[in-house]
Amino acid sequence: MIAIIRKELADYFNSVRFLVLFLLVLVAGGCGIYAAQQGIREALKQSSAVTEGGFVFLALFTSSWAGIPILTLAIAIIIPITGIVLGFDAINSERSGGTMSRLLAQPVYRDSVINGKFLAGIMSMALMVGTTILLVAGYGLRMIGVPPTAEEIIRLFLYVFLTIVYGAFWMGLAMLFSVVFRRAAGSLLVPIVIFLIFFFFWVIFGFGQAIASAAAPITSGSDVATQIQQAGLQQTIMRLSPSYLFQEAYMVLLIPIWKGLGAITYGDLAYMLPNPLGLGQCLLAIWPHLVGLVSLSAICFAISYIIFMKQEIRAT
Amino acid sequence: MTDTLAIDTKDLTKNYGKVTVVDRLNFHVRENEVFGLLGPNGAGKTTTILMLLGLTEPASGTVRVCGFNPTREPLKIKRIAGYLPEEVGFYDNLTARENLRFIADLNNIDASETERRIDEVLETVGLTEERDITAGKYSRGMRQRLGIADVLIKQPKLVILDEPTSGLDPSGINHLLDIIADLPKMGTSVLLSSHQLYQVQRVCQRVGILSEGRMVIEGSIDELGREALAGGRYLIEVEIADPKPELVDILQKIKGVEKVEADGTKLSISTDSDLRSQISKAIIDNGALLVQMKVHEFSLDDIYMKYFKES
Repeated sequence: MIAIIRKELADYFNSVRFLVLFLLVLVAGGCGIYAAQQGIREALKQSSAVTEGGFVFLALFTSSWAGIPILTLAIAIIIPITGIVLGFDAINSERSGGTMSRLLAQPVYRDSVINGKFLAGIMSMALMVGTTILLVAGYGLRMIGVPPTAEEIIRLFLYVFLTIVYGAFWMGLAMLFSVVFRRAAGSLLVPIVIFLIFFFFWVIFGFGQAIASAAAPITSGSDVATQIQQAGLQQTIMRLSPSYLFQEAYMVLLIPIWKGLGAITYGDLAYMLPNPLGLGQCLLAIWPHLVGLVSLSAICFAISYIIFMKQEIRAT
Repeated sequence: MTDTLAIDTKDLTKNYGKVTVVDRLNFHVRENEVFGLLGPNGAGKTTTILMLLGLTEPASGTVRVCGFNPTREPLKIKRIAGYLPEEVGFYDNLTARENLRFIADLNNIDASETERRIDEVLETVGLTEERDITAGKYSRGMRQRLGIADVLIKQPKLVILDEPTSGLDPSGINHLLDIIADLPKMGTSVLLSSHQLYQVQRVCQRVGILSEGRMVIEGSIDELGREALAGGRYLIEVEIADPKPELVDILQKIKGVEKVEADGTKLSISTDSDLRSQISKAIIDNGALLVQMKVHEFSLDDIYMKYFKES
């Protein structure tokens, strides 16, 4: 399997595809820095009012420009696309190139082929995300002159990890389609469309919210318990989208004063202390999200394995 | 017995849905021999090969490849057997050398040994000059030769070649056949699948003819020739000016003549040995004029055609 990882990594690094993606990630990093330059003062004014100067460094990554949190949003778009682009022709390119039967005539298990390609993809993705975050962190450090606290560093690491897990899910999905479809065009298009539906339509354009509201309407006349229950149901429906899961999870990690994930009544809001959520509590809050994303990848994998094992390996 | 056989199958069967592609196939390949698996397209040759390598599971029956069961222990077989698929593909962005290095890596050959073997096999197949060109730029013949190099790099005990000569020019075919014919000297058994009779005849010690998933006949080419023509091994064609009707009877009486067929001035005589001198004497004694006489040895072609007419 190590041989496959090595070869795939070498392939990725030499391919135009990887260069283009890397360029995209760098541009996103650059925009993120610019956004931070423009918006960090505003962001700090809001957060330091309540946290008294804590988490300055994290504000680098979440500060928005013209109301849009450039960096996190860019990563939320680019990482799934990267995953899909790295994984969409993993299996069917071997098949159409006629290398599959030659590869499987070597002493390797079939699952090592999938595993090797997947791990190589994760490594390249980790490199991309890591580079972006480090670039922004390094330049940002020079810009604001406030060093990160230990907790901020841990939070950033967790964010990188979460992002890789999220990207891995999309790569797993793309690889599943690369097993199912013989043509690379199909296996590229289908995961891209799924991503567009789950991200743009469900989360950004608010169709998910509309469906959730229709499915679990909150009527002002009903009692508080029912209202909270309905709100919880709405949130569950929203979480059907992996993009929403990811968004919730990184918000909790990067914006610690975020009010948490459950529904809160206005009555309770008055009693809430405007202090940041501790790291341990954050982890507890996003643990289900992380498990959800990992198990989604695992499901994609299981299906790919089963189909791939049963597939006939013919040269033509 | 099994340890001296490279391949041994018993009642090997494979169905796709209701269609039986390979039907109770029995054959064996001895060690250090070149065995030719013949058959028209769609006879089940490739399916049989896939079952030998554990790339497809048989519906029933057993297979032993070098003593291993391909369904249970595919990796043990893949470690010692090389397979050249019909449409061999390479990573087009890698050079010949890099392609081979990847395969060597998958076979756990250590780095210094790999380089030595790469040079050796590229030399064998005559690609030393082109070793640093990316495989995408290779011609059909070069790819095929690289395929052979790819199979040889793991120094296999058994080589399975599926239509290795398809798409090659005559000199390419000759070169390839020479390489194949040399393999048994290195202790490698070869299973060669093809529908190119002449090539199989040239390199194979034994052949098996496959038709609609069944082994129609299996044996050495000599044996097959004898069997193919009910009794006779030789066919002698004689052309006579002005033949007399009783000549057929006279020829029939010569010892060793099996059958005489007359067609105008031409006679075709099946015999079990070379009886040309006796036949010519009989013709001249009869007073006929002998125009020409041809002896026709049975080639695989005749054997093949005969079996396909039957099936």
